[in-house]
Amino acid sequence: MATMTEWLRDPSPSSRLQARLGQSYLAWLRMRRNPLAMVGLFIILLLLAMAAFAPWLATHDPLTQNLGQRLLPPGTPGHWLGTDDFGRDIWSRIVYGSRITLYIVTLVAVTAPLLGLMIGTVAGYFGGWVDQVLMRITDIFLAFPRLILALALVAVLGPGIENAVLAIALTAWPPYARVARAETLTVRTSDYIAAVRLQGAGSGRIIWGHVMPMCLPSVIIRVTLDMAGVILIAAGLGFLGLGVQPPTPEWGLMISSGRKFLFEQWWVATMPGLAIFIVSLGFNLLGDGLRDVLDPRSSGK
Amino acid sequence: MTLLSVKNLRVTFDTEAGKVEAVRGVSFSLGRERLGIVGESGSGKTMTGRSVLRLIRPPGRIEAEEMRFDGIDLMAASERQMRALRGQRIAMVMQDPKYSLNPVMKIGAQLTEGLRLRDGMSAKAARLKAIEALEAVQIRGPERVMEAYPHELSGGMGQRVMIAMMLIPNPDLLIADEPTSALDVTVQAEVLSILDGLVRDRGMGLIFISHDLRLVGRFCDRVLVMYKGRVVEELEAKNLMNATHPYTQGLLNCLPRIGGNRSPLPGLDRAAEWAE
Amino acid sequence: MTVVPDTPAPPFRLPRPIRLIGGTALSLAITILGLLLVTFIIGRVVPIDPVLAIIGERATTEQYEATRIALGLDEPMWKQFAIYVGDAVQGDLGQSLRTRREVSEDIIRYFPATLELATIATLFGVLVGVPAGVLAATRPGTWVDQIVRIVGLMGYSMPVFWLGLLALLIFYGILGWVGGPGRLDAGFSMMFELDVPQRTGMILIDTALAGEWAMFRNALSHIVLPSAVLGYTSMAYISRMTRSFMMNELGQEYITTARVKGMPEWRVVWVHALKNVMVPLITVIALSYAYLLEGSVLTETIFAWPGLGSYITDALFAADMPAVLGGTVVVGVVFVTLNMASDLLYRLVDPRAR
Repeated sequence: MATMTEWLRDPSPSSRLQARLGQSYLAWLRMRRNPLAMVGLFIILLLLAMAAFAPWLATHDPLTQNLGQRLLPPGTPGHWLGTDDFGRDIWSRIVYGSRITLYIVTLVAVTAPLLGLMIGTVAGYFGGWVDQVLMRITDIFLAFPRLILALALVAVLGPGIENAVLAIALTAWPPYARVARAETLTVRTSDYIAAVRLQGAGSGRIIWGHVMPMCLPSVIIRVTLDMAGVILIAAGLGFLGLGVQPPTPEWGLMISSGRKFLFEQWWVATMPGLAIFIVSLGFNLLGDGLRDVLDPRSSGK
Repeated sequence: MTLLSVKNLRVTFDTEAGKVEAVRGVSFSLGRERLGIVGESGSGKTMTGRSVLRLIRPPGRIEAEEMRFDGIDLMAASERQMRALRGQRIAMVMQDPKYSLNPVMKIGAQLTEGLRLRDGMSAKAARLKAIEALEAVQIRGPERVMEAYPHELSGGMGQRVMIAMMLIPNPDLLIADEPTSALDVTVQAEVLSILDGLVRDRGMGLIFISHDLRLVGRFCDRVLVMYKGRVVEELEAKNLMNATHPYTQGLLNCLPRIGGNRSPLPGLDRAAEWAE
Repeated sequence: MTVVPDTPAPPFRLPRPIRLIGGTALSLAITILGLLLVTFIIGRVVPIDPVLAIIGERATTEQYEATRIALGLDEPMWKQFAIYVGDAVQGDLGQSLRTRREVSEDIIRYFPATLELATIATLFGVLVGVPAGVLAATRPGTWVDQIVRIVGLMGYSMPVFWLGLLALLIFYGILGWVGGPGRLDAGFSMMFELDVPQRTGMILIDTALAGEWAMFRNALSHIVLPSAVLGYTSMAYISRMTRSFMMNELGQEYITTARVKGMPEWRVVWVHALKNVMVPLITVIALSYAYLLEGSVLTETIFAWPGLGSYITDALFAADMPAVLGGTVVVGVVFVTLNMASDLLYRLVDPRAR
């Protein structure tokens, strides 16, 4: 273990891999001293565990209705978070709901940055009118408030989880395109790109094989920072009934079904909201810590 | 008569990488005379100047055996007393007027705020006094300058405004921290002679901080040479050419001379033991 | 404007504000055109047949054809788009299938409520967020800083509709401190519609102009909660940005100058530094104002607030595409305009950029 950390802390790394890993190790050390970021990381690990072990964590089937046990308050034996209007256990529904949240977040986190990367690198690499047109399109998409554009898209595509993901991804890519373009502009003129070109590589291969990997780190940071926003928009679509359809236990949808009993059975709407809040807080705390660690300007206090 | 005496001044910064000592035991005293402090960047000369005003930002810390200004113990003074001293009796001119003037306030407002806020002067009286101060630093058309923003002034003009602003309360001690090094060579002499005249006329003490040994030699009565947070040599300006310390000699030799030989200038030697 | 005496006179150019506004307007026009293109495409790929939506399932083929031609759907695509843009520029966004009124007419009716809500929310965000950010920046690392940071992060993390429900439950349901959903109590609602001349559509202004103070107070008790909920998000954003701008300014040399002059700390921070912070903060405030339009969609649903957000969601459930797209265009245009206005304002406020 000691030799491992020594290898990581080596001030003169012998390979690129060692240099990279060493950098990340130092970042990790700095982050470990930020308690809020560690809380965020803990929350996200908790979410992952919850999704992975849902069948063992849940005390009931999330879909089985039991009208005899409707709207039981939290603390009832066997239903520690209470039950909803169909007598379903709220805890179990929240546990299974974590899978849906994770599913949406993962899909968006893969598609939107990919779309942004492609548009950004192409614009940055070719420059000229291609850049002009693509960036103008990006600006136009940035000009729409995200939720409203997502609403309009879902209206066209029809409600449903895949369509919600598509709508969110279609509204989430422009910032990634901007980041990727900026990165591309800096690597485009570098010597190793020229060397690859001299070897006869086509534009497509240069962009895919050499430019995009350079843009990945900054895009990945941006993804972490964006995840909380994605969760909130997905929950918002669910709440409006435009995302996941009942009886699937999606958190936003659960809040909207609890709205009818807000004043009498407050827990039906409150509990899933708490879950959304905690998870998105986790992503925000982690993102905030990451930014502090990776952005030297903000960490130099 | 001693105006300022400093004994064993230390400035320490606690950073993530550990303690960094910017000033390590500097002592000097000053009457109504001109003291030059010379050294390379990072030698601690600026920190020494700012310590006198107690304007070191955290995580920096000031320690000193003694730091007295005109009988007042600066280390023990309350923040309130310090503010009174800063505004009225000790002033400082900084390197670059581009950064040391507030970019979104008109020159007039910056010149008069002290007069209006502390001395309770009327807007009119303060304005007259400010215009007077601008005239004293030989600015033509002071009314126009009063209405200007800092970015509309040239560097030399900005530094003159800065000098005017600092001299308005007629301080006893002026700290000039590289007052001309951000300026064009052509206006450096002009600004210096204005500063020189005013300091002489009003009989203030001056601490002149610079990296330019010759300039300091011409301009000051006495010179402190600093290296890595310590004073390595203190001498009368007129004896500068007879400096004994190798670092001072190095500083003297790395300047080109008109009519001198044209071989490459020697680099600066930096022996580790000088820092001890 | 330079004061250096011997500068040659610059060649004649249009005054800077005019040049700035001209450039911004062009950019604005292009972006809005793009916006219209997006909504146009969305409108054409929608699986709802616009002709059937108007005439109903049981119309004859002749009726169908006639309506189709009346709607211009037989024209080539580019021409349809040109017509769409031409109509939109003249304020014609089509007819709502749900209310059977012109969409533009509907929006004029609903928009003031949103504007009122967003304005008060922004006020809340600025009045709380700026001081909080300044306090945090002047005491970095202390508990004040931590609290501002955590409260801010919570604002980023809370689903606004959930926060709205909680606030409604606590402050209306349990404590009874404020009015419930809607803009007025049921008793006042009728009176407002009938007796108060609706000059602006903004209820606080209209009731105040009419001197209906009981109604004004009631409206105030209704707007407090939704605007506070909505304002919380923008407060979080504004306090965070203020903190980071302030930290940056406090490290500048002119701050040292102010201290050398013996200025008290409050003046150094709240006058010297804050004046500089306000320059970039204007953009932040304008942006957060624009984001409130987005937040209003969900907030208005919770608080039964008859604004643009409610209008769009209601239209959505009625599959009323002209209304949805019309609303989207209007929100987009307001959003873009605010963005550009903030950019313009920034350059006019900063003396260095003038």
